[in-house]
Amino acid sequence: MKILVTIKRVEDYESKIKVKPDNSWIVTDGVNYRANPFDEIAVEEALRLRDTNMPSEVVVVSVGPAAAAAEIRSGLAMGADRGILVKHDAFVDSDGVARVLKAVIDAEKPDLVLMGKQAVDVDDNVAGQLLAEYLGWGQATYASKKESLESPEEKAKKPGIRLTADKKSAQVAREVDGGLEILEVQLPAIVTVDLRLNVPRYASLPNIMKAKKKPIAEMTPQQLGVDVVPKVKVVKVESPPQRAAGVKVPDVQTLVQKLHSEAKVI
Amino acid sequence: MATILVVAEQANGHLKKATLSALTAAQQVAKNTGANIAGVVIGAGAGQAAQDLAAYGIPVHVVEGAAFEHALAETHSAAAAEVAKKAGAGEVVIAATAYGKDIAPRIAAKLGAGLASDVLAIVGANQFKRAMWAGNAIATVEVTTPMKVVTVRATEFGAAQKGQAAGTVTPAQVSAPQPKTRFVEFNEVKSARPELTEARVVVSGGRGTKGDFKPIEQLADVLNAAVGASRAVVDAGWQPNDLQVGQTGKVVAPQLYVAAGISGAIQHLAGMKGSKTIVAINKDAEAPIFQVADYGLVADLFKALPEMAEAVKKLQ
Repeated sequence: MKILVTIKRVEDYESKIKVKPDNSWIVTDGVNYRANPFDEIAVEEALRLRDTNMPSEVVVVSVGPAAAAAEIRSGLAMGADRGILVKHDAFVDSDGVARVLKAVIDAEKPDLVLMGKQAVDVDDNVAGQLLAEYLGWGQATYASKKESLESPEEKAKKPGIRLTADKKSAQVAREVDGGLEILEVQLPAIVTVDLRLNVPRYASLPNIMKAKKKPIAEMTPQQLGVDVVPKVKVVKVESPPQRAAGVKVPDVQTLVQKLHSEAKVI
Repeated sequence: MATILVVAEQANGHLKKATLSALTAAQQVAKNTGANIAGVVIGAGAGQAAQDLAAYGIPVHVVEGAAFEHALAETHSAAAAEVAKKAGAGEVVIAATAYGKDIAPRIAAKLGAGLASDVLAIVGANQFKRAMWAGNAIATVEVTTPMKVVTVRATEFGAAQKGQAAGTVTPAQVSAPQPKTRFVEFNEVKSARPELTEARVVVSGGRGTKGDFKPIEQLADVLNAAVGASRAVVDAGWQPNDLQVGQTGKVVAPQLYVAAGISGAIQHLAGMKGSKTIVAINKDAEAPIFQVADYGLVADLFKALPEMAEAVKKLQ
């Protein structure tokens, strides 16, 4: 089977995020970049599915600046087979990303598309669902699994997404409000992944070396015939309101007394 | 005049409280634009929940039947989009819950609408505020399409007030799509406690609990609180997934949030810093959680929480 995985280049969540003085965007100088953490979980799941369903191929796709080739390379170093970079320097909204990906998928015809449930830069949680609708495919968002990340199944690196015997559908455990919902979705389908699906592997040094030789095809939205003018524009970026500094209390009695008479919450 | 369609969320005939926050957001938009508001309730038990929603003074469309029994994104988005078209809606508003986030983009795609997600505030007819980078920045976004879909963070909008006269409830005739997904089962996490996103008080535990949530639960019992958890706790399988508070979990804004044994990573803060009063209890005086806490106590949670539970009992 062919599995397509999306990887977004995002600001490292350990970098300090500061708003630009002119409120146009965040300060990007001195910020480290990495692959969106949810996308790494998607790559890991794709590799597990590939390795238990040979022959299969895992293709990683990114929509972003030329520098996003580094994040594709990181997916290839984890073990993916080849990459596709759709280059665009300016901001692309989730709708633009979904329409670019549709064009890539129309050409690649994968059996399954795995995506992070959200990118930790814009925190949108939208592109996967939009893409499913544009393709007319089924979707299973927030893929998780019944077993915990400490379970024997996880230690054995078993995929959490279970293909049916005929490999025409997949069963997905979804993290929803109030529990886990199990859906069976016909392939091809879009699955967006959540945190508890797996623990992604680290790339080994030999695999990092091997990844340098793996092919990355480059193209632009224009070549794919997709107009990426955003439907949703970012017009201003501000710092969040800061909470006033609180106080340290010496003991539990003082704490409870203050909660009762000062904050009046108990 | 344009209509704003509020897509309700319900389970077994019970209207979810987050829907009333979506209605408040719709009312704020309507105040600017003069639009009418209507609602749609979809799925098994929708008829009952529609009566509850209509009590807020808006006409409500009901979509029921076998094809819509389970909350599949394909079928529910199709129904909502069809009702929106028939009602001449210019805007669709949904609470940004797991359900709302699942279906809203498909509705937007069907309607050719731009989607503003997880909105914190309505700025104007086309502009909305939303958090990005784990809440490290607040963006004002502008939806440039004539048709708009908006999902709203329920904790940022109070519950709507009941109307003087109830609205009408009408069955909507929509075509039943043939979904490519099939519901298999729902493994519900049963709890007698208040729901995390709706509770007045939340007591959360982190890595400092070492997986022992007894002191957390004991204090939660006394305060009639919901129990929350940090990502580390949920990743370790110590607590169920849906208790996770944070950027990628639940966003809560209770009157009182007690964080015990939680260091306070930015991803966790993104899920709780809207709380009215924050209490942090941690052995590590340098833990970042103290920077957002109104009251900080440097202590061992295994001693402090039982003591706190006793002290609260004495007040009651």
